[in-house]
Amino acid sequence: MRRRALVLAAIALAAAAPAAVAQSPGGIVRPGNERALTPIQLGAALYAGNCATCHGIAGHGIYSPQARAGVGDVHGEGPSLRDAGAQAADFYLRTGYMPLPRPGDQPKRSRVLFSEREVRALIAYVASLGTGPEVPVPHPEQGSLSEGLRLFTQHCAGCHQVVAQGGVVTGARVPPLKDATPVQIAEAVRIGPYLMPRFSERDITPAQLDSLVRYVLLTQHPPDRGGWGIGNIGPFPEGMVTWLLATFVLIATCMVIGRRLRS
Amino acid sequence: MKRVLLALLALINGLRRRKERIEAHEEAEREAPPIVPPGPPASRRAELAVAGLLFAAAVFAVGFMVVYAVGSIGSRTQLFGIALGGAFALLSAALITAAKHLVVEEEVEELYPEPESPEEQAAIAEIVEESGSRLTRKKLLITAGGVAGTAVGLAAITPALSLGPLLDTDELRDTPWRRGLRLIGEDGKPMFADQVEEETFYTAFPEHADHDLIGSPVVVVRLPPAQLKLPPERAQWAPLGIVAFSKICTHAGCAIALYRKPTFAPTQPRPALVCPCHYSTFDPATGGDVIFGPAGRALPQLPLVVGGDGVLRAGGNFSGQVGPSYGTVRSRRPT
Repeated sequence: MRRRALVLAAIALAAAAPAAVAQSPGGIVRPGNERALTPIQLGAALYAGNCATCHGIAGHGIYSPQARAGVGDVHGEGPSLRDAGAQAADFYLRTGYMPLPRPGDQPKRSRVLFSEREVRALIAYVASLGTGPEVPVPHPEQGSLSEGLRLFTQHCAGCHQVVAQGGVVTGARVPPLKDATPVQIAEAVRIGPYLMPRFSERDITPAQLDSLVRYVLLTQHPPDRGGWGIGNIGPFPEGMVTWLLATFVLIATCMVIGRRLRS
Repeated sequence: MKRVLLALLALINGLRRRKERIEAHEEAEREAPPIVPPGPPASRRAELAVAGLLFAAAVFAVGFMVVYAVGSIGSRTQLFGIALGGAFALLSAALITAAKHLVVEEEVEELYPEPESPEEQAAIAEIVEESGSRLTRKKLLITAGGVAGTAVGLAAITPALSLGPLLDTDELRDTPWRRGLRLIGEDGKPMFADQVEEETFYTAFPEHADHDLIGSPVVVVRLPPAQLKLPPERAQWAPLGIVAFSKICTHAGCAIALYRKPTFAPTQPRPALVCPCHYSTFDPATGGDVIFGPAGRALPQLPLVVGGDGVLRAGGNFSGQVGPSYGTVRSRRPT
């Protein structure tokens, strides 16, 4: 049975291969007759050319780190996308997290190499693979900023820092959230990309999520009075830096004013 | 033009008057020498410098008022700072210059007065010397004083003994967890085993207990049972793959507020509970062992059972002492 599935997969790949010939400079494999394809056909073709290497045929995932003989050039590895849904596909594609240069790398925000039509086709294709969640629609304007700060401090600031500038945790870099859109923030909370835990609706309700998104949007454009902001981390660090610098000025002033004791 | 001429005239007049003042000064000095000689007249440059600095400070202060009054100026915060800070800096520079160059300074030594009646002082000293001591039991009094001082000192430090390792420290080991106590989530509701999902983490407390006790909070995560590698004696502690650990980091007592959850375990670091303070990282699959960071001992694990109503309950107390490490609590790092 398994062998048969593999053979079928190989045939499917071989069928996709003639269409997936044009390798663009960005590393994206596109079908030659892209305009003529329906969105779902386009999604399938793009998936076969750019995603199946790691995520397997029809989103089954590839779990063995060893290359599998007889499955074309499938040698990478990646999780199943059967129930990832439009939510995860939208997040990973629109942030440029996917396609990943090497499986095992931490995905990082980069230029989106697919066109808008291709992204939509891929999302629709991945969503059609199983019963995954839809793309969430946050309403940050309905959220409360103070509640958002409280939730962000409780759930997110341990890694992302309270000003959402990111940092490092054991085993991963924590991305800054300065470019995250409201939809991407909501998606990330529900998905938990890479090492981030995911937060179910029991942990963070949709209304709380709105507040959280609103707070993250504030950190992207903090009220700025100009000057050296020191990362907008607040008046206490600013005061500490000021005192650190002022100490030297004060000591220099003392040396100007004072006079050595004549002994 | 006319104004400029007037200003020039005023300046020349001022200079002439200044010359007259200096001459008058010298004349006065010749006539009646003062107690403290007044020193040479201040240099003109210093006087001009002080006046200039003071005027400049005034200009900056006026600038502050202007910035304050005119709302349409951009970067007001910076201009406020420059104006007010500059005014103060110039003011202090003026004062420093004045102190250095304009104020008359002279150190005058004043001798102590001679003793007024040396004979009487000598007589009193002699009386004191000859009167001797009233004490007959000097040693006893010194001993008694020493005993009292020692006893009071010991009494003062006695409470510190309750912190030490020698006496009873059960109070520190005590936690509110007892066999059969239900786990209550952060929302105040009992935690049902089938509601605990993988890839995320929860905080729970014992029912009816004070949430602020160091032994109260636990962090609950669910792992695929196949991933669990608990010690054999803890095999029954993780029903359905759900494990609970003290939320207090064994290093410095911070809350374990992070859960490292790999999206795709084969290529990413394994699940771990992480303390955000110093990134002590604990492995929930092996019973809370330290896999990274400064923590010296494993996270205490709370045995769990699922009650007949499906609610998670404690199966006993923690596997080890809860809370940060100190003294004898800190043991060797498990390898």
